[in-house]
Amino acid sequence: MQGLIDRLSALLSDGTVARVLGWKKGDMPYNPEPHMFETAESLKDFVYDGFCGANLSKMMIEASKLEGKTAVCLKPCDSYSFNQLIREHRVDRENAYIIGVGCRGKLDIDKARANGIKGIEEVSGTELDGPDSVSFKTIYGDKEMSYSDLLLGRCHVCKGKEHMIYDELWGESKDTADSERFDEVKALEAMSPAERFEFFKKELSKCIRCNACRNVCPACSCRKCAFDNNNFDSQQKANVDSFEEKMFHIIRAFHVAGRCTDCGECSRVCPEGIPLHLFNRKFIKDIDELYGEFQAGKDPEAQSPLTDYTFEDCEPGIVAERSNG
Amino acid sequence: MPMTENGEFRPLIVAFCCNWCSYAGADLAGSSRLSYPADVKIIRVPCSGRVNPMFILRAFERGADGVIICGCHPGDCHYTSGNYFARRRMTLLFSMLDYIGVENGRTRVEWVSAAEGAKFSATMNEFVEKIKSLGENVRLGDLRCKD
Repeated sequence: MQGLIDRLSALLSDGTVARVLGWKKGDMPYNPEPHMFETAESLKDFVYDGFCGANLSKMMIEASKLEGKTAVCLKPCDSYSFNQLIREHRVDRENAYIIGVGCRGKLDIDKARANGIKGIEEVSGTELDGPDSVSFKTIYGDKEMSYSDLLLGRCHVCKGKEHMIYDELWGESKDTADSERFDEVKALEAMSPAERFEFFKKELSKCIRCNACRNVCPACSCRKCAFDNNNFDSQQKANVDSFEEKMFHIIRAFHVAGRCTDCGECSRVCPEGIPLHLFNRKFIKDIDELYGEFQAGKDPEAQSPLTDYTFEDCEPGIVAERSNG
Repeated sequence: MPMTENGEFRPLIVAFCCNWCSYAGADLAGSSRLSYPADVKIIRVPCSGRVNPMFILRAFERGADGVIICGCHPGDCHYTSGNYFARRRMTLLFSMLDYIGVENGRTRVEWVSAAEGAKFSATMNEFVEKIKSLGENVRLGDLRCKD
């Protein structure tokens, strides 16, 4: 990590970049937060470890409007989101200096908690070149858990270790995929409609409309959002409208269909643990099957499947045919 | 559940009809004295491509038991390509509704030209029968146990 900090301060000192977008130590050892570093001295709080799951590409929308270049640390999967934002003309590539940071999967503190590790005071072994097990120092004594058991759900279906876009690379990446991307969706599709409905009803009933999924999503970057209520000053607040209450997640998934890079941030930030990626991944699976394989953010020139058509497209009746076997 | 006096279920069907083809097709069905059930409420749209997927969700939320979108045959769109975009959008939306557990018979897209009054009437009769057999739509209105 020191090597990365040294490189970033060199970039700041020689004037290549005016600021650095990275992660700063949080109040707990497992919750670093995105932060804009303006001076080389402030980089002493910079951190890059296994808990730096946040995708910084969305913050580049505002950062790339500022004077001078911004250095941004992007993990391989974040680089897809950045590419997609270039495709949508939301970020200015010229104003970004992209450090492609290595990644060996990011960690989910809830997995540790579920394993009975509570009262955490210190965590070690989460660095990029760290060991295969993570040590926790808790108020109840020392605990240990393997790195792979702590991985976020999205890292089990890792898109690979290649950065789609970068100016320079730092650190070795590791492909952490150990299960099929669409397995969860397929398992749901195999259920009966009534079972599926019960599943989604159970999950969506947990939603508190905190808008965290919307605010973190790099694809949800419209200047004016369909969910903002302009009649009140509290623009970010949830609307009290039963339609929105019920359909929020379906509408949101549809709005990002064909643009979602499957970065998994929505599920990571959900305070209620709703598996929101299941909606997006269903759209991705359908698009792949019906209109040909498409990975948003892989190619900044590629046309999104929903803004395109062919004369030979399948008819909507195919949904019933596929579903009823 | 809305019922007739003899206890028969009367569904609420919303039909989004393209102004240039299907709406005229419905007109032709009328002037040809071909009947279709009064349960079908037609909403005229300039093009099937105008149908925002939210319209369909909104219709279900407001108590529709089935939603059908009628547009020009592929290749015949008044605006050249609106129905091609609608075709992709609706395929994905219907697939998502099926995925969350809404019966897939409740949604349909049918291409009806201005000359196909008979097809319009037959389609609507068939669709209403299908929805009658499925019964009232309760799922989408109850997706978050809020009621």
